[in-house]
This record gives sequence, structure tokens and C-alpha cells, in this order.
Amino acid sequence: MIRVILPGHLRTLARVSAEVQLDVKGPVTQRSVLDALEVQYPMLRGTIRDHVTQERRPFLRFFACEEDYSLEPPDTPLPDAIASGKEPLLIIGAIAGG
Amino acid sequence: MSGVRVLVGTRKGAFVLTSDGKREKWDVSGPHFAGWELYHLKGSPADPNRLYASQCSGWFGQIIQRSDDGGKTWTQPGTPPGEQTGPGGMPKGESNKFVYDTSAPTGKSLTTHQWYDGTQHPWEFKRVWHLEPSPTDPDTVYAGVEDAALFRSKDGGKSWHELSGLRGHGTGPRWQPGAGGLCLHTIILDPKDASRIYIAISAAGAFRSDDGGKTWRPINQGLRSQYIPDPAAEIGHCVHHVAMHPSRPNVLFMQKHWDVMRSDNAGDLWQEVSGNLPTDFGFVIDVHAHEPETIYVVPIKSDGEHFPLDGKLRVYRSRSGGNEWEALTKGLPQNDCYVNVLRDAMAVDSLDKCGVYFGTTGGQVYASANAGDSWTPIVQHLPAVLSVEVQTLR
Repeated sequence: MIRVILPGHLRTLARVSAEVQLDVKGPVTQRSVLDALEVQYPMLRGTIRDHVTQERRPFLRFFACEEDYSLEPPDTPLPDAIASGKEPLLIIGAIAGG
Repeated sequence: MSGVRVLVGTRKGAFVLTSDGKREKWDVSGPHFAGWELYHLKGSPADPNRLYASQCSGWFGQIIQRSDDGGKTWTQPGTPPGEQTGPGGMPKGESNKFVYDTSAPTGKSLTTHQWYDGTQHPWEFKRVWHLEPSPTDPDTVYAGVEDAALFRSKDGGKSWHELSGLRGHGTGPRWQPGAGGLCLHTIILDPKDASRIYIAISAAGAFRSDDGGKTWRPINQGLRSQYIPDPAAEIGHCVHHVAMHPSRPNVLFMQKHWDVMRSDNAGDLWQEVSGNLPTDFGFVIDVHAHEPETIYVVPIKSDGEHFPLDGKLRVYRSRSGGNEWEALTKGLPQNDCYVNVLRDAMAVDSLDKCGVYFGTTGGQVYASANAGDSWTPIVQHLPAVLSVEVQTLR
């Protein structure tokens, strides 16, 4: 079971109160996790990556095991600790404007 | 029992203000979608309980919300909470998807418009500025977006399709953003002729379709803008807002960047009616519900100083369709007031007497239950107000 922690606004939009848990089939990558997230929470489509290009929205970043995976290719495998559910994938909004 | 519902979009959420026909006591509901920018909310004239809202964020993009109970509850159209499949097989999440039409009629030349520095820039969807429900069908709604384009949904907001004839009519590559972006902010549907649509874009100008949105042409003759290379150009004018009285759809009133204008022939020719206004810069303009020649503006000092002249918040009313204006000040702050009133932040109700409403960037929503003679703040400490719409409930 993959664990994902969403920024507050997206938790409200998805109507979840804490982290979400996802079944991901095959290799655990940014793309496969986000695909599974959007299947389970379709109201999030377009909010994390662009509807058409599927590129990460510019003010969002992905962290796994304290490492920044935002600029990694979307099919790069995420760490084993994410794949095993030991650690959550963090989706974090850039902090700007105070 | 009649009543009024005021839909307020702000920088940090939406608010719904309701009152009975006396318009003296107001209930405030909200914030809905707290923390998000609500550029615009509007109700369907055909079904007052059907509301549409544009919820957006620089972080998370565009969300379309819909209420079927007058704003008590909201859902993303086609994506009901807690359900895994959309009704009618509609792919869920489609309601947030605004994709420019790049099919043959649009053509590859439309992949760019003019940027601030005069170079060409790709068309990039940013947000929905304005939602205009059909006067007759609650499931049909138009969306004006940034970068400027017109979209339409015929299924209650579940899916959106561009009316690409607007960007494709020929002048699109010469459109240039104003300070607020290249936004399509005004949509007027002719209540007497379903084939006629007016729209306005900053900073391209006003445009009209006479065939339901298939083909378009600029309607900017008579406008003069000193801030563009050719002041009388076919396009390039920074139109801030356009208003029409439903009984006279050929008569249009415009607040341009500078200048208040009117047209008596559906935009074919405009004439200036700024008259004795202390400054003719501003954003809002609206028409009295029962007097088609009575119009309202809120003069703002200048393009560089977006606040009222002399720190006095004054609505100006003309009872002659322009040129002769009177200041309306009773109940409005007359010193140290430096708020702005943005382009979609004024509306009227159709009770007798006509109610007039406007919201400020300082978070006040002012209402007049006597056509502007006196004003009361019906709510005072909201986030900056982006839009105000009014529903008259009977």
C-alpha cells in the first residue's frame, strides 16, 4: 500500500482528512502513484499535473525519504521505502508570499 | 416573498449573502472553498438554485464547482463526492479541463498571441474569469478564460469545449495581455436573440458573434486609446467591462481603461459619454434594472493609482445614458479610502426599487436599496472582493 500526503487544499478538495493510501500495480514511480491517486480521487485531476501535458504544476514538489524527486523523470522508480509503504510520498506546495 | 442572494467571489473564498426583499438584514454564508481564489460565481436565470463557480489557485489550477441548491452544497460537475464513477459514463475530473481547440478550423497560427514585449507567446490556459449561464437552459454555461478564449458547456459544466472561431477570426495573434493578463472577462448573451453574443478581452477589445459563437468580428470602432501605437486601431483596446439592459440589447455601455463609452447599434460604433466624471478611468459599469438609461460607474484615479480620487469612494450615476453624472456618496467613506472596485464586482437586483451592489478590494460589499441614493456596507471584512453577482428571488 502506497502512502501519499497531500497539501491542505487538496485534502479539502479530495475530502480526506489525513494521508491517503493507494494500490499501485507494477513499478512504483511518480507517474504510477499519480495515476492511482487520480483514479481514486478524480477530483484531483489537473491539480497536481497538467490535464494535457501531464507535467507537474510548477509550484508543487515531490519529496520521498527526504529527497527531492520533483525534477526526476516521472518513470524513475521511487525508493523502496515508498514502495513498501514504510515512508509516505510527500506532495508539497511551494511556500511563497508569507 | 421576494428576496435577494448576493454571490461574492474573493481572493480567499466565496460568500453567499441573503436577505428578504427589504434588504435590511443579511445572512452571510461562507467562506466556501476557503483559501482559494473565487474569480466568479453566477446563478442560472432559468433555475435560480443552479449556481456555477470558478475556483482557482496558482498552485493547483482550475476547478469548476456547481451548486443545485442555491449555494448550500457544491460539487464538481460529474464528480459527485464519494462516488467512483461519473453519471452517464462521463470521465470524472473532466469539468476542470479547458483545452484550446487546435483542430483544423483553429489552425496552428493560433498557437501564439502577442506578449507584453511584442514577441509571440504560446496560448496557455490559466483560469476562468467569468461564467455566464444561458438565460434559458440551466445546463448551458459559457466560460471566459485567460489566456483569452471562450468555452461552452452544454452538460451542466461537466465538459467544456472552446468556441474557437473567436481566437480564429484573424486578429488573435495580435492580442496582447493587459496588466491583469490576457483575460476574457465579459460575456453578454442577448436575451432576445440567441444567436448574438458579445464578449470583451483585456487588452484586445470587444467582439460580437451573430451566429451563436461560430464566427466573430471586432466591434471597436469609435474607441480611442492613447496608450497603443494606433489609438483608433481595430483591436488592442483595454476594455474593462461592458453592460447591457436586457430590454435594449443593441445598447451597450463600456468602461474602458480610460473613457466611458456607449453604443446604440450593438457595438458597430461607440461614442464617449464620460462627460463630467472627475476621472473616466475605472473598472465596473452597470445598468439600472428598470431604467435603461440609468447607468453606474465607480471612477478610479488612474491606471497607475488604482484607488478613488481624493480618497473618496463615490459611485457616479447618469440618468441620461451618460455625459451627465451625479456623485452618490451617502453612506460611502469620504476620506482616506484607497480601495479598488474590480471589473466584475458590481451588480443590480430587479426589485422595486432597484438594488445596486458592489464589492471592494478592502473586503466591503456595499448595497443600495434605493438605486444608489444611499449605501450600507452589508459585510465589511471579507478578503479582497473579485466579483459580485445578484440573484433576485421571487
